[in-house]
Amino acid sequence: MISQVFVLSSKGDHLIYKDFRGEAGSDVVSLFYEKVTALTGDQPPVVMKHKDLHFIHVRQGGLYWVATTTADSSPFTIIEFLNRLTALVKDYCGSLCEKSVQMNFALIYELLDEVVDYGYIQTTSSDVLKNFIQTEAVSSRPFSLFDLSNVGLFGAETQQSKVAPSSAATRPIQSSREQGGKSEIFVDVIERMSVVIGSNGVLMKADVEGEIRVKCYMPSCSEMRIGLNEEFSIGKSQLRGYGAAVRVDECSFHQAVRLDEFDIHRILRLCPSQGEQTVMQYQLSDDLPSAPPFRLFPAIERDTGGRLLMYMKLRCDLPPKSNAVNVCATIPVPKGSISLSQELSSPDQSAELKTQSRAVVWQIPRFTGGTQLSALFKLDVPGLSSASMLEVGPVSLSFELPKFTATGLQIRFLRLSPVQPSPLQRWVRYVTHSDSYTIRV
Amino acid sequence: MPYLGGEETVRELRRALSNPHVQSDQLRYRNTILKVIRVMSQGVDVSGLFSEMVKACATVDIVQKKLVYVFLCSYAALNPELSLLVINTLRKDCQDPNPMVRSLALRNMTNLRLPSLVEYVEQPLTAGLRDRAACVRRVAVLGWAKLHNLQPSSEIDAVVVNELYSMLRDPDPVVMVNCLRALEEILRGEGGVAINKPITHHLLNRLKDCDIWGQCEVLKILQRYQPQSEDELFDILSLLDTSLVSPHPPVMAATLSLFLSLCSALPSVSLAALERMRGPLLAACGSASREMRFTALCHIQLLLRSVPGLMGAHYKRFFCGYAEPAYIKQRKMQVLVELVNDENVAMLLDELKGYCTDVNTDTAQAAISAIGRIGRSYSDRCLEILTGLLGLKQDHITSAVVQTMRDLIWVCPQCSDTVCFALEGSEETLQDAEGRQALLWLLGVYGERISNAPYTLEVFIDGVRSEASLGVKMELLTATIRLFLCRPAETQDMLGRLLHYCIEEETDMCVRDQALLYYRLLHCGMEETRKVLQGRRSDPSLGVLIGRPAEPVNQWASSFNTLEPLKQATVESESASRGSPEHVTFDHKPDTVLSETLTCSYAEDAKPGSDSAALRSDSSAIVLASSAAAVAATPLSLSLSPALNPEEFERLWLQRQPLHAEKGAEVTEEDCVWREECIQCPAISQCSPQSLQAAMQLVNIQTLAFTPPHTLPWRVYLYTHTQQACSADTSHSTLILGELLYTGESQQRGERKGTADGQVGVEGSKDKQVKEQTETTAGRLGERENGKDEGVKVTLLQQPRDDKALEGFVVILTTVLHTLASERA
Repeated sequence: MISQVFVLSSKGDHLIYKDFRGEAGSDVVSLFYEKVTALTGDQPPVVMKHKDLHFIHVRQGGLYWVATTTADSSPFTIIEFLNRLTALVKDYCGSLCEKSVQMNFALIYELLDEVVDYGYIQTTSSDVLKNFIQTEAVSSRPFSLFDLSNVGLFGAETQQSKVAPSSAATRPIQSSREQGGKSEIFVDVIERMSVVIGSNGVLMKADVEGEIRVKCYMPSCSEMRIGLNEEFSIGKSQLRGYGAAVRVDECSFHQAVRLDEFDIHRILRLCPSQGEQTVMQYQLSDDLPSAPPFRLFPAIERDTGGRLLMYMKLRCDLPPKSNAVNVCATIPVPKGSISLSQELSSPDQSAELKTQSRAVVWQIPRFTGGTQLSALFKLDVPGLSSASMLEVGPVSLSFELPKFTATGLQIRFLRLSPVQPSPLQRWVRYVTHSDSYTIRV
Repeated sequence: MPYLGGEETVRELRRALSNPHVQSDQLRYRNTILKVIRVMSQGVDVSGLFSEMVKACATVDIVQKKLVYVFLCSYAALNPELSLLVINTLRKDCQDPNPMVRSLALRNMTNLRLPSLVEYVEQPLTAGLRDRAACVRRVAVLGWAKLHNLQPSSEIDAVVVNELYSMLRDPDPVVMVNCLRALEEILRGEGGVAINKPITHHLLNRLKDCDIWGQCEVLKILQRYQPQSEDELFDILSLLDTSLVSPHPPVMAATLSLFLSLCSALPSVSLAALERMRGPLLAACGSASREMRFTALCHIQLLLRSVPGLMGAHYKRFFCGYAEPAYIKQRKMQVLVELVNDENVAMLLDELKGYCTDVNTDTAQAAISAIGRIGRSYSDRCLEILTGLLGLKQDHITSAVVQTMRDLIWVCPQCSDTVCFALEGSEETLQDAEGRQALLWLLGVYGERISNAPYTLEVFIDGVRSEASLGVKMELLTATIRLFLCRPAETQDMLGRLLHYCIEEETDMCVRDQALLYYRLLHCGMEETRKVLQGRRSDPSLGVLIGRPAEPVNQWASSFNTLEPLKQATVESESASRGSPEHVTFDHKPDTVLSETLTCSYAEDAKPGSDSAALRSDSSAIVLASSAAAVAATPLSLSLSPALNPEEFERLWLQRQPLHAEKGAEVTEEDCVWREECIQCPAISQCSPQSLQAAMQLVNIQTLAFTPPHTLPWRVYLYTHTQQACSADTSHSTLILGELLYTGESQQRGERKGTADGQVGVEGSKDKQVKEQTETTAGRLGERENGKDEGVKVTLLQQPRDDKALEGFVVILTTVLHTLASERA
């Protein structure tokens, strides 16, 4: 049971406040902000208490999404609800940020009114909600010249316009109604890797959490069939097909997915509702089908001048056609490091010493598969001792691997039946993120 | 901007709202209202616009209507008279052909929260229950709950309640769930909605029609249902099996809660359910939302209390991601400590070692103390890591390491050599008070093994004038005196200086008094001082070696899927690690203090959040304290000093054992006596080791080792010293070692009789007293114990022999066990 829901900006501005049960006053909003900002580092902020009122909040899009409730309510339910609420707001407003919430507050009030009544969650299905929500979203995206670049000369279709721009999926779902009904469906396969590689190069842990997300901009739904790799298998024992096995440990589906063709043909059937939904979630642990995407070969020594020298050789083990983008390696360095001089192998890379977080941050905007980059970092550390070499701790990498899935999961086809009369655009996108990619040195 | 000139804004808005040109232009009118709501949600008081907004309510534009309702519901309580004007519009809307308008009007009519409007609302609500559109019925059902809470004193209308019950069969699942919710609120005084067999089965059959929120609600309410037969129970469980592994964490958690409450009498089924939901719970642990991760982690900690091995194979799932916030990392480390075993210890320590140099000092310190906790079972590996960390010479790391070492050495005295060796030189990097306190404690207690201890102390003593921390000064005093006892030649001079400073110049009363105390103590002679100051060096109970026993699931089942697990700050033992270890144990303390500590230890054991448990623990503390007082009144007194370490106990116990086995129940030798007793309280074996230990310590009996509860045979080893004033000047003391054994069978009957035959008169009367107590206990326990002769076999070894003292001891022991047993019942 939810007593109030409110949204605060990171600076504490009140954006949305809705009281469902009239049990506590609106002064708790400021009280919450005082509490959450006064927390020390090791106190978990998710649940906080004031007298017999409990605050549960999630942070999404730089905002605090807070629900107040009583002690016996389920944290799973309320956190899931808040996450679902942010997803709905994102669907309806296009993006999730302070500005879009501010501009669309009327829409969010309307949403809240339909989603929760008297503190009880009524429905969060966008299929149901679309009949009730009347307010139009105000798009907060400024006009940009880049939007025009996709239109070819004299409006001709160019090669470029066949690729969905990355911003295509960040628009409000309902704006399609009067914008000429550009029906689009995005199917995203998103995987998050968490990997630990030991100092001897042995893979110590490799987990992949993946999901297939469908984002649908079609006002009316028809049945969609998503075909996965035929070799896709669940669990250890089962092996299918002749190609390289695509295996996951556990797999779960959205309740609207019909699985009658899944066992034999690996086809998911569903009627997507408007907005974004996770159709399938899966996990794989400790058994990657291919080598981990990055390897690091570090050499750390002290030179005669008392400087710390770090040679870093980073190898990308992706197939040569793939790229990693926004690669960023964070290398913890000894406390008291003053300055950094670096030698990098190409000019688009950059490295920087962050004294606040005691780390060297090495940025590589694009990294082609099968290649190798090296860097030399020289650090001035006053009072460098042999013990402080130990502080050159585990290197962590963050990256994005577009058009790549770590499990090898692919979407064979995407069919809609019956065939849509209006032109429909279907997009399949793959991306693998680093959840946590740690290489010990 | 909105905070300043609020009045100006309101005036401007009023002008715009009452402008006929604006009113005639649909779009401008709506935009003006939008502005009002925007200003309102920024926190400006716009209640002055109420009458203008009421007018704006009468429109065909649904968006505008919705906006106005947001405003009206916020300010209706301030303007009850003007709100009356809205009611007409709302009632008209309730007749609208559009179901959306009807539901909107009905919802907002009930959201106004004005008791004066109730009479106008009842009729549309009654009509709403029979509306053909489901969305109107949903609103109407909840409307009755709102209406009831508006005037809780008014009696419940039986017609409405019946109607709501019949609407549980509504085709729309949300209406059904809302009926449950509404009935739950309306009938709260009678314990909520009645859950009988037909309703339960109906709800279970409709479960799959509901969305996840509805499922959670239904599952929660079903917890109240008691299946009538085992077959029915298992039917329900198999029906719910799919939701137990649901990909939605709320459904999964609610189902497990229901499982646990249904199977509270079938522990094996509960455990199987825990196994089954391991996968989904681990998936929730890896969820993209970190708040969800945290929630799942907290609940996993709860499960691990009962099934420590549940996640053993999946320990890698709890490795920390580098970008995770500190609070998640700390929880993960707490889980990792629980999961350690022979196979994964190397990997685990390797991982934890990586966290020790984390930029976040809280995370680093948590990692170090996690290594210390693992060190209780794998001390060599952990000490190696900890010693290596000292080499980093970072103040926060060194401080955490020294504190961890102190806590470790207290439970594992065998690692003292390594620690003493590692400590050298660490004083230079220590900055904070806790770290220095820990170092001082180690220097004091193990001073004879640390070669440069006096010089280290001297640095502290020279700097005592600028010392700000009270704790450090107190610890410094104690450490110096202790060191003086073992290395007088090196320490005498600096001790003199320290005492002089503390007595003459120190302004803090505590420090001065303690210095004076030590000064006078030294006057009494070295032996006296030694007796006072050289206490234990290690935890006398073997609790840590045995490990924490697995708790029954029922202990935490009620807090599963509530906010409770998320609130608990840290594991108890970590809160205890502040300050010197001997201060956290029960060491020569007066009875009042002991009963206080006992109460808090009970509070930890008791189910959090349940008042009755807290009350019970209070009462038990009182009973025990009074029994302790009664014991104190007898001339016999028990004491724990001099301490007996486990090895010594084992030696004494075993060397007598064979002899005893050959001869009879009571064996007398030159200076010691064996005796067997039987005390009638089988329930004692259900008692948690913590409360048993605490209770025993209250009367100065030390428990050395025990088996986990619910295992058979159940054993406890304990010892104490009796002190009895034989004559005016000499006091006579004996050592008593004891074993409590409960096999769960009534096999000791014969043996007990044999023992009873050998008793003298005093024993007989005591026996009768025991029997009486047994009968009262048995009466309370019910027929389970009736007629059976189950008992706890007590084997005692006394040295030297003193029958009276032994007699007294048996009485005390019996009282304690009975108090605990009745508490348990």
